[in-house]
Amino acid sequence: MADIAARGSVAATGDSRSSLHKLMQRKSTIAFLMTLPLIVLILVLVAYPAGYAVYLAMLNKGMTRFVGFGNFDFLFGRETFWMVVYQSCLFAITAVIFKAIIGFVVAHFVHNIPSKGQRKWRGMLLVPWVIPPAMSTLAWLWLFDPSYSALNWILAGFDIERIPWTGETGWARFSVILVNVWIGAPFFMIMYLAALKSVPEQLYEAASIDGAAWWQRIWYVTLPMMRNIIAITALFSLIVTFANFDIVRILTRGDPLNSTQIFGTWAFRVGIESGDIPLGSAVSLFMVPILAVAATFILRDITKRGSEV
Amino acid sequence: MAQVTLRKVVKMYDEVQAVRGIDLDITDKEFIVLVGPSGCGKSTTLRMIAGLEEISGGDIAIGGDVVNDVPPKDRDIAMVFQNYALYPHMNVYENMSFGLKLKRTPKDEIDRRVKQAAQILDITELLDRKPKQLSGGQRQRVAMGRAIVRDPKVFLFDEPLSNLDAKLRVQMRTEIKKVHQKVRTTTVYVTHDQVEAMTLADRVVVMNAGLIEQVGSPNDLYHSPTTKFVAGFIGSPAMNFMPCHLEQAAGALRVRLSDTLSFPVPADRTVRYAPQVGKANLILGLRPEHITETRPHVEPNQHDFQNPIDVVEPMGMETLVYFTVAGSEMCGRVNPNAGATAEKPMKLRADLSNMHLIDDGTGKVL
Repeated sequence: MADIAARGSVAATGDSRSSLHKLMQRKSTIAFLMTLPLIVLILVLVAYPAGYAVYLAMLNKGMTRFVGFGNFDFLFGRETFWMVVYQSCLFAITAVIFKAIIGFVVAHFVHNIPSKGQRKWRGMLLVPWVIPPAMSTLAWLWLFDPSYSALNWILAGFDIERIPWTGETGWARFSVILVNVWIGAPFFMIMYLAALKSVPEQLYEAASIDGAAWWQRIWYVTLPMMRNIIAITALFSLIVTFANFDIVRILTRGDPLNSTQIFGTWAFRVGIESGDIPLGSAVSLFMVPILAVAATFILRDITKRGSEV
Repeated sequence: MAQVTLRKVVKMYDEVQAVRGIDLDITDKEFIVLVGPSGCGKSTTLRMIAGLEEISGGDIAIGGDVVNDVPPKDRDIAMVFQNYALYPHMNVYENMSFGLKLKRTPKDEIDRRVKQAAQILDITELLDRKPKQLSGGQRQRVAMGRAIVRDPKVFLFDEPLSNLDAKLRVQMRTEIKKVHQKVRTTTVYVTHDQVEAMTLADRVVVMNAGLIEQVGSPNDLYHSPTTKFVAGFIGSPAMNFMPCHLEQAAGALRVRLSDTLSFPVPADRTVRYAPQVGKANLILGLRPEHITETRPHVEPNQHDFQNPIDVVEPMGMETLVYFTVAGSEMCGRVNPNAGATAEKPMKLRADLSNMHLIDDGTGKVL
């Protein structure tokens, strides 16, 4: 449509009205107008809050005075901040690795189910990802409950001692990651399944004739063919996981003793619950450089290989 | 030594029999072509030899060992696929050396074999390229190179030329034949193109509906088909088939095509055809090259007749003429200078010494 309108531009006449008319009919103008709603949306919902957060992060607690990098300086000196950096990275990287591995394995199983039953399995396996995380995390909270934990009840059946799922640093971190993996793995599964379907069957046949065992077919054919999907999915998931809030907030609230606190939840604790909004903004801004570095590396790898396959 | 033996091989897909019990002996160093229309079971047969399809019944032996339950990787075979199936993330060298690498062949040995194969196929300067950077013909060479370096017991080709354009196809056909003459590995080649089959094969296996119709040298199949299917499938344009009946007249046999047109049967065939006199369901098979324009010199068993021409197709070195006799369309090959004109009668000559008499009920050539 845009193309037709643009080509239809009428021959030039002198006055300014017709030059405005001409401007409106130019392809780039039309393209700009069509993307305008999205640009406005991004400006209002992304650019403005981001800029405002930067501004807020440079104010004092009462938001009355400009303090420059004072808040950041203060954070660098606090032990809890470095704990949060460590925990955020641990949480995001471990969760993404497990989501990727589980997603890959499950995708392989589903891929090998005859197509008749496959839809059913695909649907069922997607359930954890489809349920709103706040709700499913509540269910997990009850499973982990110190007094009524269903998991502990099952373990008791095998004469295994009660596990303090959310009460002890190690277990709390484990539980938070477990729930995140449970929710996020189906996304990897569905992405990998789509990628698996796009690998031509004959490559596997050629590989098996070349003498490759099943694990060599995965290593030499599947993985290289899926590299870009794996990288993109990992990057996407890394960003979302790193910025996670709901799971940790509902499951542990960052406790015990801030040992499961990550950027999102700690920024909330500092900014909203403790009433220091500028400091909270400063905390949340730290996610940007860390994610930017990860994104640069992963995306550079993809563009490098994009031309190969 | 790698002969391939198929004994009563059957392939079932659920209730459908794709291959219905075939027997085939392929001798060492032989170039065998399986040819037939789509769905005749030729690719399935090849894939069963490769181990990519399970065998529902019968035995397949490679080099004397039954391989029914041996996975493809342990059969010591190499296969060239229709769409080449090159690994897109590996360059040509890696593609060709992949099989050897998996077998833990020493590096210098791999290097020697890859370079040697590259030289045979004239792709030495492409070794660093990715498959994406190659043309169709080059990819085809690489796929063959990947097969050659392995030095397998058997080469399997699954319609390797059907993705190439007509000119390249002819060129690669010659190439494949040259390669086989150099490496002399037992080869099983599947195609639906009978010209490919005729030009490449030591022996051609014609398949139809899951069964072998006939096995023989290209010339055997062309000149002495045993069934109507083979007679019609081999040769282009296809053999003319005309309903006919045999009649006895004055001690000689005549094959009658219509009320007005009949030819005497060659004397050396009268004994063979005598029992068919008066039977229904007979078909006369005559190749287009045995219907020509009239010439001054008449050989024995050549008979002239006149018929209006429907369509004329000049091919350059020859002209194809189509005409109708008693409701069936026939094709003849005439000299371009014979003056064939559409919708005009033309004097033609049939050479009955190469006729085939076919029982349409059983499909057998009599």
